Amino acid sequence: MSTETAAPVQMINVQIDGVWLQFPKGTRVIEACRQAEKLIPHYCYHPKLTSPGNCRMCLVELGSPKMTPDRKPIIGADGKPEIGWIPRPQISCAQDVSEGMGIRTNSPMVLESRKGVMEFLLINHPLDCPICDQAGECKLQEFSVDHGNASSRFLERKVKKPKSVELGPRVTLDAERCILCTRCIRFMKEVANDDVLGIVDRGTFNSIAAHPDRILDHNYSLNTVDICPVGALTSSDFRFKMRVWFLKDTSTVDVNCGTGSNITISSRENVIYRITPRDNEAVNGCWLPDSHRLNFKFVSSPARLTAPEVRPQLGDEKPSWQQALNLAAEALKRNAGRVAIIASGRATNEELFLVKRLATILNANVDILPRTGDADGMLIAADRNPNTTGAKLLGVATGQLAQIVAGVKDGSISALIALGEDATKAGLTEEDLAKLDTIIAADILPNKTTPHADILLPAAAWCEKRGSMINLKDRIQRLNRAVVAPGGARDDWEILRDLILAINGSNGLHNIDDVFKAMAQETPALAGLTLSRIGDLGVDITIP
Amino acid sequence: MAYIVPRPELTFKEKAYLPSILNGLKITFGHFKKMMRGETKVTMQYPEERWDAELPEHYRGAPTLVKDEHDRERCVACQLCEFICPPRAITIKPMEIPADDKFAKVEKRPAEFEIDMIRCIYCGMCEEVCPEQAIFLRKDYAITGITRAEMVHDKAKLYELGGVFKGLVHKWNPEK
Amino acid sequence: MTTLAFFDSIPWEMILWAAGKSLFVIFGVVLPLVSYTVYAERRVSAAIQDRVGPNRTGFPTTLLGFKKDLQLFLGGLGQPIADAMKFILKEDFTPAGVKHFYFWLAPCLAMLPLVSLAFIPFGSSLFGEKMVIADVNVGVLGIFAVTGCSVYAIVLAGWASNSKYPFLGGIRSTSQMISYELSMGLSIIPVLMLFGSMNLSDLVQYQADNGWLLLPLWGNGLSTERWLMLIPLTISFIIFMIAVFAETNRLPFDMPESETELVAGYHTEYGSMKFALFFLGEYAAMIVGSALMVVFFFGGWHIPLIPDGNGVGGLSILHALPDWVWGIVNITAFFGKVAVILVFFIWVRWTLPRFRFDQLMKLGWLYLFEIALANIFLAAAVLAFTSK
Repeated sequence: MSTETAAPVQMINVQIDGVWLQFPKGTRVIEACRQAEKLIPHYCYHPKLTSPGNCRMCLVELGSPKMTPDRKPIIGADGKPEIGWIPRPQISCAQDVSEGMGIRTNSPMVLESRKGVMEFLLINHPLDCPICDQAGECKLQEFSVDHGNASSRFLERKVKKPKSVELGPRVTLDAERCILCTRCIRFMKEVANDDVLGIVDRGTFNSIAAHPDRILDHNYSLNTVDICPVGALTSSDFRFKMRVWFLKDTSTVDVNCGTGSNITISSRENVIYRITPRDNEAVNGCWLPDSHRLNFKFVSSPARLTAPEVRPQLGDEKPSWQQALNLAAEALKRNAGRVAIIASGRATNEELFLVKRLATILNANVDILPRTGDADGMLIAADRNPNTTGAKLLGVATGQLAQIVAGVKDGSISALIALGEDATKAGLTEEDLAKLDTIIAADILPNKTTPHADILLPAAAWCEKRGSMINLKDRIQRLNRAVVAPGGARDDWEILRDLILAINGSNGLHNIDDVFKAMAQETPALAGLTLSRIGDLGVDITIP
Repeated sequence: MAYIVPRPELTFKEKAYLPSILNGLKITFGHFKKMMRGETKVTMQYPEERWDAELPEHYRGAPTLVKDEHDRERCVACQLCEFICPPRAITIKPMEIPADDKFAKVEKRPAEFEIDMIRCIYCGMCEEVCPEQAIFLRKDYAITGITRAEMVHDKAKLYELGGVFKGLVHKWNPEK
Repeated sequence: MTTLAFFDSIPWEMILWAAGKSLFVIFGVVLPLVSYTVYAERRVSAAIQDRVGPNRTGFPTTLLGFKKDLQLFLGGLGQPIADAMKFILKEDFTPAGVKHFYFWLAPCLAMLPLVSLAFIPFGSSLFGEKMVIADVNVGVLGIFAVTGCSVYAIVLAGWASNSKYPFLGGIRSTSQMISYELSMGLSIIPVLMLFGSMNLSDLVQYQADNGWLLLPLWGNGLSTERWLMLIPLTISFIIFMIAVFAETNRLPFDMPESETELVAGYHTEYGSMKFALFFLGEYAAMIVGSALMVVFFFGGWHIPLIPDGNGVGGLSILHALPDWVWGIVNITAFFGKVAVILVFFIWVRWTLPRFRFDQLMKLGWLYLFEIALANIFLAAAVLAFTSK
């Protein structure tokens, strides 16, 4: 095996629509056409799955070099081999390219074949696009515009199949819309390794179904919805919520674990409707676990903190941000030397960088709260903090959490700053918290620490801010803002910057790019990077 | 090159100006007299006189929602009208029709359907785009209200204005 | 003199009569006349332009709980009241950077033409009292003096507004008013030459006895002198009328406002009641101008065959009714004539386009002034030729 991979890749000459190109050996015809920017419509083919070749949509005309009786290719007038065309169309998804192969993607026969296939696919397909969630991103719609007929020639009764079948807790099937491409079956079998779906019944009554004793409850089941080319499999969560053409897509990164899966947040008018995986071969391919993609409801929770609050004894109960930050600065100065900071592994590098600055100014102990779970061997990492690597790199993850807890308990620490974390989860009890002179908490939702906070600052959720995170494989990736924070809530980095300002005066940081620049200057591993240079797919960095 | 516009040579009568003035006064008085005699056609006196009876078939009044002859809401909340609406007057919140409903097979209907009549420009694009023949511009044109909230037509109001519209939409024909 | 004697020496009766007449003329006649002139302007202009005009402002009886607003037989007669309410209720806004004192002073001065009404005999007599507020021998001069002041309103408004369009409007207005003041003054001299006095009451009485200046059909009016004088008097009348158009800034001479060039001219920066004062002033000036025309050329309060307020003249059969009835008829006749001329003003406004400013100046200085001057000599020649 090692000798084969080590051998230089053999390049093969292929003619696509009259143009000779070279592809590595083993490239599928449909892939070669895609690389040549020739669009081949297809349903069942998926680059990550096997090719059963059952939808017949990717028909092309293929040919091989004409051979002389001594098996030498006949060279034409142009110096290239002459091609003998196969007189019937071939599917392009199940064949690899071969030397001297000819491919026609636009010939009259190909177009006629696609039209015929399209008509067959639509025979039993219901005309419920106005209802179907897939409308707008439906391959059937797109290709029927290109290759379909305006009206149906089918006069017989359409086959009725069950609509709205709950295959599992998160996936609903509309069997009428299904074109039986079996992508979902193959995904569950080949990628999720849970062979729960299959085809039942015969002939025109074929339909997708889960195993009679099972339901589709695998944690990756929603990926079948993503890969379903039509509206047959729909997400029960997103079902009938919003039409896709209204949604604004924001490329960002998942924060539910250290993998840092690339995602697209779809939102409309400041409301997030769904999260889908975004292709990134270096991180998550094109998959995303259900548990991660459905964990966004808290962002629009009515319980969100929207205005800074301070304890009534300290002053105005509805203070302005400046008043609250001034009070915080005063309290921190009063407790100088006895301050501890519990930062979050869910914070961005920029925020952690400012946390480190704050800790240095206050000479405070700082650590992040570890958060672990079980790894699933696929995309969910055991470390559920998305930015542990960043915290370590920036010197925030110090491992001093135990000392901080001990310090609070024995009284050597009198002021605690909890940034997006519940201090009770670190091992402190609510009595311990009540003992402290000052607690400053910045968070997005109330938790057990917030009632004890003397100064409570509303912060922004992960989808409401820009910034960078470093995943467990040392890849720095970028978060982008999909929605804006509610009410008076502010970006965490702004809160930290203003807090440092209130304690220590000007620092010349005006926007998130400034913070990244300052961070990159002080951190060798990030040298030469800027937030925009990270790009949508991230950059691998070397951490010493 | 400069081009000098030749001035017309005026006669003494024209130069004196007064005859022209008298002529002008005659013309305006003619109009005045005709108006006083009631011979001039004037603007329709709106609230008292109305055009309602002569409204043409294609008149575009307020958009309304219609039900079919089985009392089914034709709208399936596809939100195409919301998408096409140039002034963004339409807001739809879709819902799934509960399984015990008579029309459960239709699956989807609007939970809320609001048209902000302050925004509406009566362009008729919603009617044109509707795949279900559910929204029609009827002949109501005097849409008034004292508050902004009053000017937002909700689902109930839209169905009240729209009423029933008979005729087959192929999709829900069981034969098709 | 003791205090009591001092009080006794004051002619209380005269003061009361003067005050009563002032109040009657200003509040009873002129202000309503002004507002309804505005209304007439709108209705007449509408009719000329084949429109309807304001025809439905009635009285808002719905506010009192009735089902329908009361609309008079001629809908829209409530319009001036609504307009006035609107002006009064609007925010009185003063722009920044204006010269406050003059900015406020200008609209007050705009009402100055009302003062000149004091010299105008608006009726014969009522209960033996002459229907003129100030029966002075220099009435004509007085009127010219007062109306000459009204240019201050415009020039001050234009200057105090601290804005370019009002400034240009003010400048234009000043030159226009001064130019036409000359022709106006000169045009009236033949009248005074014929009559030989500046007392307007006497002038009207003379016309009542001897025929209107432009209608010499009875008494002394049937003489050759008067009929020959018709030529210079007609010229006088035309020049006087044109000058009045210019003096009151009416189209075709509304240079100071000329919307197409100067936004709204001198009152661009004014709003609410201050603007309304300019508006009222303009129409008051129109009324004064019309009243002067009536007094000079159309016999003032006199109507042929109708006796005056002292029961003198007219058909003997009409003396059966009390004299005060005829006094009131005379007053009505005067304002009726004024109204006819006002309608003529309106008619002209909606017929003629605006002059160019240089044309305006040319007309004033090169034609009207010369013609008025020559006209004086013509009148003098006629008088010299016909007098024994």
